[in-house]
Parts: sequence; structure tokens; C-alpha cells
Amino acid sequence: MSDDALSAREIRDSVRSGTRSAVAVCRESLDRIAALDPDLHAFNTIVADRALARAEAIDRDPGRWHAAPLAGVPIALKDNISTSGVRTTASSRILDSYVPPYDATVVARLEEAGAIVVGKTNCDEFAMGSSNENSAFGPVNNPWALDRTPGGSSGGSAAAVAARLVPLAFGSDTGGSIRQPAALCGVVGLKPTYGRVSRYGLLAFGSSLDQIGPIARTVEDAALALQVVAGADAADATCAGEPVPDYAAALTGDLRGVRVGVPRAMLEQGVDAEVLSAVNAALDTMQARGATLVDVELPHARHAIPVYYLVAMAEASSNLARYDGVRYGFRADIKGGLRAMYARTREQGFGPEVKRRIMLGTYVLSAGYYDAYYLKAQQVRTLIARDYEQAFSASRVEVIAMPTSPTPAFRIGERAEDPLQMYLADIFTVSANLAGLPAVSVPCGFTADRLPVGLQLTGRRFDEATLLRIANAYERDTEWSKQPPPILSR
Amino acid sequence: MLASDMPALFTRDDVAKIAALAHLELDPAEMDLFARQFGEFLSYAEAVQQVDTTGIAPTASVLDRHVADRPDTPRPSLDRDAALANAPDAAADAGFFRVPRVIG
Repeated sequence: MSDDALSAREIRDSVRSGTRSAVAVCRESLDRIAALDPDLHAFNTIVADRALARAEAIDRDPGRWHAAPLAGVPIALKDNISTSGVRTTASSRILDSYVPPYDATVVARLEEAGAIVVGKTNCDEFAMGSSNENSAFGPVNNPWALDRTPGGSSGGSAAAVAARLVPLAFGSDTGGSIRQPAALCGVVGLKPTYGRVSRYGLLAFGSSLDQIGPIARTVEDAALALQVVAGADAADATCAGEPVPDYAAALTGDLRGVRVGVPRAMLEQGVDAEVLSAVNAALDTMQARGATLVDVELPHARHAIPVYYLVAMAEASSNLARYDGVRYGFRADIKGGLRAMYARTREQGFGPEVKRRIMLGTYVLSAGYYDAYYLKAQQVRTLIARDYEQAFSASRVEVIAMPTSPTPAFRIGERAEDPLQMYLADIFTVSANLAGLPAVSVPCGFTADRLPVGLQLTGRRFDEATLLRIANAYERDTEWSKQPPPILSR
Repeated sequence: MLASDMPALFTRDDVAKIAALAHLELDPAEMDLFARQFGEFLSYAEAVQQVDTTGIAPTASVLDRHVADRPDTPRPSLDRDAALANAPDAAADAGFFRVPRVIG
């Protein structure tokens, strides 16, 4: 299979101009899924008939869709984003037959914009993981090396875009779950500012951290996708009323005078040499195009992982209390009372990582430990956010650059038995969630083994326009995202 | 109370107490595994205890203002059949979720 896949914008243009039919585009996506997904396991559910029916509806009524920003674009949604009438499992046994009675706000906005949902993608159970190995339906394989993980938790979405099954997918990012798999699969992943995109209909994990965002092959497509889903929503009290600028217009390609912060002290240890080399080369490219590199300090960043996990686990223990075998999902078959049913249902319905996080979250919220762990973590969270504010104001940088992941894609099983080792790999991604900042991962090179490396840029709150402009300007000077993974050349 | 005053290792009994709070019925092998892993995680997290946070307000949410004020007006919501459709044991005609015996 050759890499003749079009971008979302190109598909949209061709459908709107009548050059291609939405049905032809949809069939091509479904054919690619049929050919490659048996080796990738990126999808939990494929909705071919529903997708083709929607594509036919677009072709029948070109007048209605002639200005639709995503007319006829096939998309995939992480399986923790609610789709009315389409099974939504969060890759958990406890929800393996759950069919939401309503759409997430992002789904309604995407379909109104002409996008066609082809399926729901595999992920770590309830978005808890960095490798997609915590899915109740089995791991996803990385299109660049099938024996390696695609990262997580939005591993299916990243693998589906990297393998050209769809031009655009959506994930959720609580501590890096869009950016890290995007980096490990060689695609673009954007976590918007907390409050930029509605969380209504997202199955909650860490409510003060979660954001939905796009995974695409180009920054331009990520910007197009953000344009469609961003903005206030009466159904989500945390979704902000900030004005949404024209992101496509922001992509000027100009890096002159841009100040890029680099936290050198953070990069001194624990980063794979090939990853560091690719990131440094990317910084050199940006400098050659007129950007100024500025050393910045993030002195509390070394506490980000424990602070993130303490906060996220506490929020998870509360959010996942709702899965009790009463209103939806799996119920264990048991003789006994209500409480025994709850406990057995949750024991059988949740996988080990979810149980670990619920348990630790319950512990750090319990009497006697709340102040020492949870409150303390929230205070250090304040200090971590202040470090970023300081870098943006005192050092006057527009973005802060670092690797997305300290290593390239690792082998399936390599870290599965050691949760703490898995957590440590989130060192560069969790701070953006703790501080509520937007951050994007863009491809910036390959290792000698042809594994992709991602550059992460973190921006100021609600300033995705600047973030995307800088990412796009860098991308224009490179060919990384145009390189197809080996699974396409079989 | 500082975490360093607490026992570094979790026992199976400690894990059982948390499991009861979290409504989880763990098997003995899980309890032993979690006892070890929780001890490892909390030892690792202990460095956070050393950070000076005197006078630092906790961040529960990064939103700095409330954006969602709106009039409290009635609106339609899910109808009863849709709300019951996913229940493992719905009494659809009566409009209830059925649960195992609660008392006695």
C-alpha cells in the first residue's frame, strides 16, 4: 500500500469541489482498516454501515455541505468519547456493552462539520496508561514496529492516523495521552488548554486534567480540527468562553523573532541520546529560521510525576465510583446483598491498573492522609504552574520546547510488570495538564532503528494560535511527517 | 501528619481496608502485589513532602474564574427508557433500576 493518503484538508476540499465523493473517501478508509487493522488492533468498534450512510447523505445534498469544514472527512474517536447509539467501552470490561444515549459535544460538532465517524479506537482502560497495554481488548501494535507499543493511552487513535487508516482522530489527554502516542507513532498530537474544548460526553478520568484533542498527520489538520471542536459549551461548566481565533489564518510559517524556551536542566539525564539529538536538531532548525532559543528553568518539574499521579488517582477514585453495576455496564453474577454486588462487579469489571489507581486514590483521599498527600500535591501543583508562568513572563518566551517522550516506542511487555517505571516516562507531558496549558507533539526525526521522535511545544493558556503557528512553521521545514511507516509498504 | 511517619510498607490488611473503602473485592494475590506496589509508589512520592509549600494555595482547578453562570431554567433530559436501556437489571415497566437486597 503506497502513501497516497490525503490530508483532512485535502479530502474536505475534494469533497466540497465534487472531485471525489464522500462515499469513495469513506470506502477507502474502511478498506485500509480492513487491510491493516488485523495487524494493528487500533479499533475496538468499526461502524462501516453507519459511516457509509452518512457519506451518502453528504453526497446527496452537496448544497448543505459546501462550506462544511470537515465535509466527508473520515475520523476515528477514542473509545472513551460518547457516541449516541455506538458502543463506547473505554476499553474496559465494565463497559463492554455500554451504548451511550447521547453524543459528546465534540462528536455533535464534528458531525455537524461534515466529519464521518468510522469507528472507536482502542486505548488504555479508562485512559489509564502510557502503552495501550491496559486495554481489556488487548494491546495496539505500533505501525512503525509491530512488536512495540504505540504509546498511550490514545494508542489506537495515534496508530490509526500513522497507518493512514484515517486522516484525523481524536484522543483525550490527562497526563500526555494524546501527545506521547503521537510522538511514538510519528504524527501530530494536540492537547488544548484546559477549558478550550468541552469535556461533555468524555468518560471522566481526572476531571481537572482531562482534555479532548486531535491527532493528525499535519499541524494544519490539527488546527482545522481544533477550530471545529473548540469553544464554550453550556453542557460543560469548565469549558471556557474565551474567543476562538481563526487557527488556519495563524499558520503564517514565520518564526522570525519567536522566543523558544528550553529547560536544559530537565534534559540532562534520563533522555535517550537519539531522542535528545533529534530534539536538538529541531531546535537548531528553528533557530536557523529566525527563532531565538532561551534557557528557562522549571525548578519544580522534577516533582511533576508524583504530583500528577497523586492528583489524577484521587480524581479517578471519585470518578470511577459510578461504575457499580446498577445503571449501566457489567454486573457480576452473585448471590448476596448490594455491597457484595458492587465489590464483585468492580473486581471483575476493572483491570489491574484501574484498580491500582482507584485504590491509591482512595488512600490519599482518606482521613489522616489527605493533607500529607492530596493537599500537598495540590500545593506543589501551584508551584509547577507558577514555574511556567514565570518562564512565559520573565523570560518572555512564546513556547517551551522539550522532547515529548524520553524514549522512542518501547517493546510490548517491556514495562508492563513495573507500574512505576511506566509512570516515569510521563516526565515531559504531565506538567502541561497540571498547569492547564496547551501543548503539541510534532514529529522531529527518527532513531537509527526508524522509530519516530516527537518534539513537544508547550504554549500559553488559550494561545493555541501561537503554538500551532510555531509547530507548523517548523513542520514546513521538515519532511518527517510525510514518511510512511513500513506497514504501508508491505 | 507527614508521610515519613507512616509505615513504609503496606500489609495485606492495609490493602484490605482500602479495598473496602473503594468497593473492590480483591483476591489474595492482588492484595500482596498491591501492598508491594503501593509501598514503592508512596516511597517514590515522598520527595513531594519535602517541598516548602508555606503559604502556597492548593490548585484544585486551573480555571481562575467561574464561567458557567446561567439562569436555572427547566430543560428536557433523557427520557426514562433511554436512561434504563443500559441497566443490567432494569424494571422497565416500573421505571426502576433493580438492585440486590440492601437490608436483611
